[in-house]
Amino acid sequence: MNLLQTIRVALRALRRSKMRSFLTTLGVVIGVSAVIAMVAIGDGANARVQKTFEAMGSNMLIILPGASTSGGAFGGFGSLPTITWDDVRAIQTEVPAVRGAAPILRSVASVISEDLNWTTAVNGTTPDYFVIRNWSAVRGQLFTASDVDAGTKVLVLGKTVADRLFGPGADPVGQQVRVKNVPFQVVGVLEAKGQSAGGQDLDDAVFLPSSTYQAKIQGGLKNVVSGVVFIGAASQADTVRAESQIRALLRDRHRLQPGADDDFSIRNLAEAASAQQEGARTLTTLLAAIAAVSLLVGGIGIMNIMLVSVTERTREIGVRMAVGARARDILLQFLAEALTLSIAGGVIGVVLGLVVAWRLAVSFGWPVLFRADIVVVAVAFSGLVGVGFGLYPAFRASRLDPIQALRFE
Amino acid sequence: MAGPSLIRIEDVARTYVMGDVEVHALQGVTLTVEEGEFVAVMGASGSGKSTLMNLLGCLDRPTRGRYLLEGQDVSRLPNDALAAIRNRTLGFVFQNFNLLARTSALENVELPLLYAGISTAERHARAKEALARVGLSDRADHLPNQLSGGQQQRVAIARALVNRPRVLLADEPTGNLDSRTSVEVMALLQELGRGGITVVLVTHEHDIAEYAARVLVMRDGRVRSDERRTPRPAVPPPPGPHEAVEGRVGP
Ligand SMILES: Nc1ncnc2c1ncn2[C@@H]1O[C@H](COP(=O)(O)OP(=O)(O)OP(=O)(O)O)[C@@H](O)[C@H]1O
Ligand SMILES: [Mg+2]
Repeated sequence: MNLLQTIRVALRALRRSKMRSFLTTLGVVIGVSAVIAMVAIGDGANARVQKTFEAMGSNMLIILPGASTSGGAFGGFGSLPTITWDDVRAIQTEVPAVRGAAPILRSVASVISEDLNWTTAVNGTTPDYFVIRNWSAVRGQLFTASDVDAGTKVLVLGKTVADRLFGPGADPVGQQVRVKNVPFQVVGVLEAKGQSAGGQDLDDAVFLPSSTYQAKIQGGLKNVVSGVVFIGAASQADTVRAESQIRALLRDRHRLQPGADDDFSIRNLAEAASAQQEGARTLTTLLAAIAAVSLLVGGIGIMNIMLVSVTERTREIGVRMAVGARARDILLQFLAEALTLSIAGGVIGVVLGLVVAWRLAVSFGWPVLFRADIVVVAVAFSGLVGVGFGLYPAFRASRLDPIQALRFE
Repeated sequence: MAGPSLIRIEDVARTYVMGDVEVHALQGVTLTVEEGEFVAVMGASGSGKSTLMNLLGCLDRPTRGRYLLEGQDVSRLPNDALAAIRNRTLGFVFQNFNLLARTSALENVELPLLYAGISTAERHARAKEALARVGLSDRADHLPNQLSGGQQQRVAIARALVNRPRVLLADEPTGNLDSRTSVEVMALLQELGRGGITVVLVTHEHDIAEYAARVLVMRDGRVRSDERRTPRPAVPPPPGPHEAVEGRVGP
């Protein structure tokens, strides 16, 4: 009997008990679709983490004044300022792994347009900041280094602030707004960044030159940075090197004795990002492992039904042997039945899994990721399950003694 | 015919071992059957008739002795070779028909051809031809449970014939049939015998054995008597109420 005929005989046998075949397949369907959906969930979560970190800016370090604390990235904000403008310049010029350094001086204040006002984060910084964060203007332009030098009263609005003060879609460039009673001219609106990893709206902020901020918003000490410093490393690989070089430089400039604690702290966002991605990957693996267990259970279901089927059809096996079936023919027939069940389950499972993954991605707002490798692996694995769990029952069937099989009641 | 006998068994014994008990089902049977013979095997229950048929049918192997089929010693052949012999040289008919359930008459008849590796088209053609020979052309698509006992046995005979075997072995083929249907089946077997096929059948009933040209009587695993005589022709009775019942099972 050739392969095609074997498959046809197997299909005919499966058709004879449709309900049972369907229920047996269901185990594999659930297993495979679970694997596909779970991997999609894990990948979706991963992609989301990646996206939020990309929004924050890649290859980024943040220097906070004061000793390191367990707070968030902005935990250093009430600390005594210890980093001077000279420190910032030294970092820019002396550390080769650094592409740019920009201070962020921040306070919360009301920004008032002609007839609306909105309380938001008011930031003083330098144009480097936008480079480090990969942030550009969608309307107008960013302020420049000469604005910082001259202390001009210009500012750039985050998307949320622009919408709140001027209405969505309006062009606020050239308009006036007031912050702490000082009139500023809007020169640009930043592109939307969305949420930070912590769920904070990154677009709910306005930015003005650091010199103007110090003169008009903050007052007080002028030679220290009363905020944090954002550092852009030349590449992701450079972040660790940049971190140690900056630490050495600052310790030297602050004349800290060996063994003394730093009077600043450095956060490595690239590392945090990769840690989070690592977590998402672990999640993917875990979910896939759980789903694989359900696929295994589906395989055991196939074995169970095949064993029952072999017992039930003992007489059929005897008849087939009596008319000339060899042990191999019987083995292949039952193996083909198990394989048909599992492969059919695998294919249906892939379709179902992709549909579920797609629905989940849509409802969670994740990017929809169809991974061909997982589909191939899932179908191959379900085939393996079919062979693995079908082999023993098929072998039992092929070993039957024809006379005993024919006598079987 | 100058060649070897079609069937030749020499001092064949078959002993079943069940725990410490040994059952000597056959104890030294020697027998020759020539091509074209029509042999009935009789004997009390437990005398070893089925055991002998299973050996002749290559479904079982003798514990001792030789079995020459077409001159070839088949008693020591590997399983696959025996399967091939069952497929090509022998046709088996059982008391309980042994048709595959939920499988049409045609597909049941095709079964041996499937294992002979014959193409689908030829399988259909030959199975239809075999069904026609047993007078069941119009029942090809019926399932076994849509056929009467006599019809089921005729399908089983068609299945045994379809790969053109030299020997037809039938273990109590009429055991589950009423006397009228039994005569029909015997008429069919006689007709096949006239066509040249060798028939060995087991029966308990003397009137069935009368249709055979040679009758073997067994007792306690041995052949007691072996006589040849003129067989009575099996003439099926005219269709009666029985046929009317069968007629209802139609498409
Ligand atoms: N598989 C077996 N295991 C053990 N003993 C067996 C087996 N098959 C048959 N026997 C024994 O062998 C003897 C012959 O059995 P066999 O089936 O050949 O008898 P038989 O002549 O066909 O009887 P019946 O007319 O009732 O069918 C019996 O005593 C039976 O109990
Ligand atoms: Mg018997």
